[in-house]
Amino acid sequence: MDINFEDWKTVDYTTAYQRQRLKVESVIAGALGCLVFCEHPPVLTLGRLFKKESLLFTKEEINRRGVDLQIVDRGGDITLHAPGQLMVYVFLDLKLFNKDLKVYLEKLEQVAVDLLKEFDILAVSIPGKRGVFVGANKITSIGIGVRKWVSYHGVGINVNTDLSLFSLIKPCGLDVQMTSMAKLLKHPVAMEEVKHTWAKLFSNIFEVNIIK
Amino acid sequence: MNIILPELGEGITKATVAFWHVKEGDRVQAGDEVCEVTTDKATFNVEAPASGWVKSIDLKPGQDGLVGDVLGTIE
Repeated sequence: MDINFEDWKTVDYTTAYQRQRLKVESVIAGALGCLVFCEHPPVLTLGRLFKKESLLFTKEEINRRGVDLQIVDRGGDITLHAPGQLMVYVFLDLKLFNKDLKVYLEKLEQVAVDLLKEFDILAVSIPGKRGVFVGANKITSIGIGVRKWVSYHGVGINVNTDLSLFSLIKPCGLDVQMTSMAKLLKHPVAMEEVKHTWAKLFSNIFEVNIIK
Repeated sequence: MNIILPELGEGITKATVAFWHVKEGDRVQAGDEVCEVTTDKATFNVEAPASGWVKSIDLKPGQDGLVGDVLGTIE
């Protein structure tokens, strides 16, 4: 199966979300699926399971730190997006993947785990917990939306993210520390290399051909 | 006709009603998205099984439903 690929580079969350809505509509209408990479300026996104106690500062204090707040229609609680975090948005017709959200999420997690392994980072997914972890620290967040069995939203991987911004929240509502590839490897990581590796592994695990 | 919480995948037995796109008395077409349910990592939009009007909303936001449960009804 062929899918398209787009790199939206750095784009504000609201614009990216509007593009996501259009992308979902196009796949619902029969267009090829699509893999999208991008990064966002600092923003906290509040999912459908958002709990107030996950926000540790007021909106005003958060804005003073240069961080925006957005309510979004994805699963999960609250998370941060910021430069240095690779956002992977995946638009697939899950009717072609047995209409199985569990398997779809497991495959996304597997791509993340295998990606990190290629950078010599041992990460695991933990049943019942959102995301991918290195020890007790979270390195990747996952939250998807599904409309007419077409997926949207996806995965956020902390590559070179400023981790101090996570002090504003309880990420995903968990008492968890966040980490990043740069922190674990003790040096910045080339984002293009991460993107290339993700695309390669995604293609293998989902058995799709990415048209660039 | 019942709006049923559908099968979402192997091992997924329940979901939480997050949001209703419609209210009682609204007209809907078959296939319209009427209700959003969430698991811990996914938000899924449930569609109207038939055209008609929304007769009842049985599971409210925040309430859990098992796969196969009636979320609401359409007449």
